[in-house]
Amino acid sequence: MFKRKSKCVFKGGNPYQNLEKTSVLQEARTFNDTPVNPRKCTHILTKILYMINQGEQLGTAEATETFFAMTKLFQSRDIILRRMVYLGIKELSAIAEDVIIVTSSLTKDMTGKEDTYRAAAIRALCSITDVSMLQTIERYMKQAIVDKNPGISSAALVSCLHLCKNTSATDIVKRSLNEIQEALNSDNVMVQYHALGLLFHIRKTDRLAVTKLVAKLTKINMKSPFAVCMLIRMACKLLEEETIPRSESPLFEFVESCIRHKSETVVYEAAHAIVHLSGTGARHLAPAVSVLQLFCSSAKPTLRFAAVRTLNKVAMEHPSTVTACNLDLENLISDSNRSVATLAITTLLKTGAEASVDRLMKQIATFVNEISDEFKIVVVQAIRALCSKFPRKHTVLMNFLSGMLREEGGLEYKASIADTIIAIIEENPEAKEIGLAHLCEFIEDCEHTSLTVRILHLLGKEGPRTKQPSRFIRFIYNRVILEGAVVRAAAVGAMAKYAANCEMLNDSIKVLLKRCCLDVDDEVRDRATFYSQLLSSNNRQLITDYLSEPMHVSLPVLEKTCQDYVLNPTKERIRLNELPVDIVVKNVSQEPTRKQNVDNAVNKPVEVTVENVDGQKLPSLVDLDAGKLFCSSEPSMLTEPETEYVVRCTKHIFNHHLVLQFEITNTLDDQILEDISVALDVSEGFQYLNEFKCPSIKYQETGNVYVYLKFPDDSVDAIASFTAKMKFIVKDCDPLTGEVQDDGYQEDYRLEDVEMTLKDQMIKVKVGNWDSLWEEAKSVCFEVQETFALPLTSGGLSDTVSQIISFLGMAAANNSENVHPPNKSSHIVNLAGMMRGNCKVLAQAKLALSENSVTIQLTVRSTDERVAELVVSTLD
Amino acid sequence: MGKATSANVVCYDSVLYRGFYSYFKSLFGEKELRILILGLDGAGKTTILYRLQVGEVVTTIPTIGFNVEQVTYKNIKFQVWDLGGQTSIRPYWRCYYSNTDAVVYVIDSVDRERMGIAKDELMYMLKEEELNGAILTILANKQDVEGCMNVTEIHQALGLDSLKNRTFQIFKTSAKKGIGLDEAMDWLCNTLQNHK
Repeated sequence: MFKRKSKCVFKGGNPYQNLEKTSVLQEARTFNDTPVNPRKCTHILTKILYMINQGEQLGTAEATETFFAMTKLFQSRDIILRRMVYLGIKELSAIAEDVIIVTSSLTKDMTGKEDTYRAAAIRALCSITDVSMLQTIERYMKQAIVDKNPGISSAALVSCLHLCKNTSATDIVKRSLNEIQEALNSDNVMVQYHALGLLFHIRKTDRLAVTKLVAKLTKINMKSPFAVCMLIRMACKLLEEETIPRSESPLFEFVESCIRHKSETVVYEAAHAIVHLSGTGARHLAPAVSVLQLFCSSAKPTLRFAAVRTLNKVAMEHPSTVTACNLDLENLISDSNRSVATLAITTLLKTGAEASVDRLMKQIATFVNEISDEFKIVVVQAIRALCSKFPRKHTVLMNFLSGMLREEGGLEYKASIADTIIAIIEENPEAKEIGLAHLCEFIEDCEHTSLTVRILHLLGKEGPRTKQPSRFIRFIYNRVILEGAVVRAAAVGAMAKYAANCEMLNDSIKVLLKRCCLDVDDEVRDRATFYSQLLSSNNRQLITDYLSEPMHVSLPVLEKTCQDYVLNPTKERIRLNELPVDIVVKNVSQEPTRKQNVDNAVNKPVEVTVENVDGQKLPSLVDLDAGKLFCSSEPSMLTEPETEYVVRCTKHIFNHHLVLQFEITNTLDDQILEDISVALDVSEGFQYLNEFKCPSIKYQETGNVYVYLKFPDDSVDAIASFTAKMKFIVKDCDPLTGEVQDDGYQEDYRLEDVEMTLKDQMIKVKVGNWDSLWEEAKSVCFEVQETFALPLTSGGLSDTVSQIISFLGMAAANNSENVHPPNKSSHIVNLAGMMRGNCKVLAQAKLALSENSVTIQLTVRSTDERVAELVVSTLD
Repeated sequence: MGKATSANVVCYDSVLYRGFYSYFKSLFGEKELRILILGLDGAGKTTILYRLQVGEVVTTIPTIGFNVEQVTYKNIKFQVWDLGGQTSIRPYWRCYYSNTDAVVYVIDSVDRERMGIAKDELMYMLKEEELNGAILTILANKQDVEGCMNVTEIHQALGLDSLKNRTFQIFKTSAKKGIGLDEAMDWLCNTLQNHK
């Protein structure tokens, strides 16, 4: 068959190209002829297999017909044809119906004398077998697993692994545990590997069993390097979950010992594993890196590639460890394998000194055209890292990137370059002008709509604040003339921002927008009309709210409100400032233990998020006249986990009101709670309005008690803590029937205090041009400033920054929450938030590192003086 | 030089051999004869197939699907398809009807209860157009078991009298003991020869 194929290739062209499905299936009827012509049938089968593998879809009827025709070929004794039939069965088994018809024939082949059939027959048999049929072949599978022919044993093990995809089949496979264990002791490297793989798979849900297995196997010397590799991987998985220090862990000791294994594969696997383990210190890395260094000068390209690729990874986190390999890496730059060379250079870029950047960049430029997109992305990432490391080199790097942008390349590659340029612009203000110019040039000839739109948005955001905004307009307006509707709409949006922020461009842009009002596309026209109207209104406030500083209304809520309005028009208008503000950063602080505990006891507690507003879940808010829900806090626990009653509290904040929701779960099976309420010792200023008791909570049930309060008029008093007590009547009951046995008695249950903090009442607001808002606020807002000192923690400034952010519950603007580089001695965090009552708050924290404390100067500007004072006092 | 000659001789031989072979072959037609062994599950089809092929009793398991083997009887080559008899597999019999020269229908002579089903399946099968030309051999198997139905009883139970336009014969056999199979095969060979 192969001869034939090569002959055809010689003639030129692939004989299987442009196969037509119907004609091939027609040909497959030849299978029904007697006597069978093996040569011809093999050829047709090849065509069918080729066609399926090229992605041609067969219908169930077509596949079934072909399958049954194919079963006729079992009459032929031709070895090649029979093996093709096995392949055909495997391909069609998923599509055709009634494939079990070949069970007997395959069972015979797998137990027969012909060794060339047996392994392939096992594989085919397992592909047609479902759980109900599995039991009938179980006996044969057991025999095959321990067959002395390694090929057959491997085939049986791997087929079992595939069968395990079905959970119920796993139980049947588990019955062959003894045979699998026996195969694990095989002398054949593949059998041992496959047996280990299967063993891990059937035990993967049982952590204890895996731990035991790994512990046992690390002590014996397995012959198969592949099996050892797999063991290393399993050991690493367990290591990640281990709590004991690395140096004391027997598992880590095992992985480390594998570095001295005689097989290169194992050595590499061990080094790779150590490098990728989270939290590996430099001391543990050293032996791994030195092994990789040795591999760098290996004669085998695969080893060189693997080593340099891994070193590249290490260099991202521990550049200093890799510095030792610099000499070897330098040699690899001229490697004949381009992939190796690229990785070597990019690794050097990460470890090297500033002085060598120019030289290395020149070297990359010589071959960047010859490497694939995937490796170009590696280069781009290296450049991105360099830019934040050596900000002064940005011109060289940016020029290089723009050069790369002009080359051919896929979306992913172009997007990674654009991302890098955008990241550089954000990190390094000096690079902004050049970066934007490069991006402008790029969108002149960019075929990726999504990228163009992103860049236009960026130009709208950043462009107006450059020295010469007018130069960008030409590029943006060109898009309106030349591009599709999506890009045109984005361009209109970007232009409008220039008009809003640059007085001198205002008139010209209005003219341009007027032209866009005649666009053929609805969206473009709508936007142009909207912005034109807005700009000609000359209302500074409106323009700021809708153009320069776009609103942060929660979009899902806005959508829902609009839908409701359309379905049910009322006289009442929708007011944007009454809608909840979008929370940009979601707090994902979940305590798993607690959650489990509650989940056991309750059916998924009611989540009141900002999205299901309007107090749908809260009873009779109408009486309260509290307006719309401002925000809800994450639930906090008021009891220790595993106590008799589990209580958690969610705070729902309104402009002037507060609703406390207590979710109470009864975990005692011999008690029924009735008439449950929560008594609060409300601090001064808070006004107690109402409460909703819960009539009864049975075992494993959860009930809600609500307490309605009014905030104090003075915001400064709004931070408080209330002692809380749960009051209820306990009635003993029969654990089994739930029958009440007595009249019950009154009981009090002390809860932990309910804390009312600033961050409960604050929403994070993400703003783009924090600086201009800050300037604007200077004139219209109240300002409060104070200086504090906090003790220095091990995490340095970045710890303190996240502490401040979490205290205040505000969002950091322009990535100022990242302290970069981490060891710098001073940092400025810019924050923005919205206090309940839609009161805007801006804050700036200047941090400076001294001996063993951090000095913080916090400046808060807010429309409400008391709020500003409150924010400052929180940090005290 | 010498080598070349010997090669020529081989070629000549094979041509000669082929000539003889095709001459013999023409006596029974070009191709192997195609036989289907059908019948309810547990009738002994697979046992009969291997009794014919290897001449001994092998342990069998219920056939899920089919077994196909080449059987040579008195120098005639048969391609014998033994199709599983379970209820779930019977619908697939028809996929294998085409080009069939003879059907061997195996009856479990002990299984009086299912004789009706055996009859229905037989009649249903014989209605198939593809089997119009096929001759029918009915084997009343398991005759070695005490208390089994005899040939006349089975003949009646299957309603074979109503069969028109069909060459058929019924034999009493025991695949286990090897009784009656040779007679049946002899009849089959002769009939097929005359049929051509």
